[in-house]
Amino acid sequence: MHHVILERWSRTPSVVHARDARIKLLAAIIFLIVVATTPPMNWLCFSTYATALLIATLTARLPLPGLLKRAALVLPFSLVFGITTWLIGDHARAIGLFEKSYLSAWTALWLAGTTPLPRLLKAAEWFGVPRLLILTIQFLYRYLFVLSEQGQHMRLAAACRAGSQGTAKALFRAASGALAVLFARSYQRAEGINRAMYSRGFTGTFPAVTIGHLTAADAAFLALAIIPVVAVRFL
Amino acid sequence: MNPVIEVSKLQYKYEDGTEALRGIDFTLQPGECVAVLGANGSGKTTFVLHLNGLLTASSGSVKICGMEVNKGNLAKIRQRVGLVFQDSDEQLFMPTVMEDVMFGPLNQGLTAQQAEARAHKALEQTGIAKLAGKAPYHLSSGEKRRASLAGILAMDPEVLVLDEPTTFLDPPGQRDLRDLLKALPQAKLIVTHDIPFARSLASRAVFFAEGRIEAADTVDALIHGFNWEFN
Repeated sequence: MHHVILERWSRTPSVVHARDARIKLLAAIIFLIVVATTPPMNWLCFSTYATALLIATLTARLPLPGLLKRAALVLPFSLVFGITTWLIGDHARAIGLFEKSYLSAWTALWLAGTTPLPRLLKAAEWFGVPRLLILTIQFLYRYLFVLSEQGQHMRLAAACRAGSQGTAKALFRAASGALAVLFARSYQRAEGINRAMYSRGFTGTFPAVTIGHLTAADAAFLALAIIPVVAVRFL
Repeated sequence: MNPVIEVSKLQYKYEDGTEALRGIDFTLQPGECVAVLGANGSGKTTFVLHLNGLLTASSGSVKICGMEVNKGNLAKIRQRVGLVFQDSDEQLFMPTVMEDVMFGPLNQGLTAQQAEARAHKALEQTGIAKLAGKAPYHLSSGEKRRASLAGILAMDPEVLVLDEPTTFLDPPGQRDLRDLLKALPQAKLIVTHDIPFARSLASRAVFFAEGRIEAADTVDALIHGFNWEFN
């Protein structure tokens, strides 16, 4: 699963991984804004952005082919809008859609692959993202692993009873049944978690946890990552 | 010596009318370790949920360290009674082990530094200090169990209540957990089906059947009394 791979990538030791999550988040947001506001067909800009991402990916020791392949998952969605735009005659905008969506997906994967989610969420909270939203994402991510594991067990149990040999209708019925069971189990688990939280004195508000200090290396990283792309875009 | 747990004529009925507890009388002394045995559905888990105020008695009373369990006392009660659940995945909900262990102390109103110091101590005590920065889903079952226990120990409780602590643990994991529990000074109440585990830790046991304590004695005496085959 993609989130398991990203989780593994995010724990790789590298100079980029060691940087403060707030700096990486800020760099990614600035980069995405720069990409989104670049006029289509500006090849100098787009090739600079791709080069910057390539350097950032290699410095972070992330597997380039795997990352590029996963970034391509966004293309079917942009394809729909790209073709529509192409058909109405705006070719430059259609190409721009492809470029921007692919580079944005690459940036998001780079960020997720260099920063463990807990740190990323803490950074987002530092930037003012509502705590309730942060906690919802946190729980969703935490129990995604538990649910995916349960899903895998159910798939194996079905396969043991020749669950992959039936007709399409039978397979659909089995899959929908498994989904219903997963939903019911999620509900039960939610109740269990709620009980466990209250038993440890939870009163409805999560206590805030502090975040570390920024270093000169973090500031240098931000400058190195952002100045070239901002310069090529605006100068 | 005043008992840390004092339960008198405790009755509990679920919303659907099922009588889960039918007049439980029970005491636990400081430092004592008692096993709670009985078949599935006999009321063991319902009983321990009352000790932490997660369920409220239909009638009868539950006192923890002399305090009646009621809404006004819940914060103090939950600080004194640490409940370790059967499924560690339900107990470890924070993104990292350290944050999870700090959850209880922060809820008690401690500062981040104090909570961190408590968490470090609890992680050392349970032998998983090196896992502090790890995400709970990367832990083995034994490590998850230790992390759950650390989260409770960090609250500095006087009583540990463990619900089926050996579930999902392999024999070395069970042995490690037993050694760890033996070393902890708190009074302990262990709900279990694992007779050898209960025998190695508990000085006495109570046997639940249909919401009542059917028998109370040493673990060995209960084994003989009920003719359980046990090697």
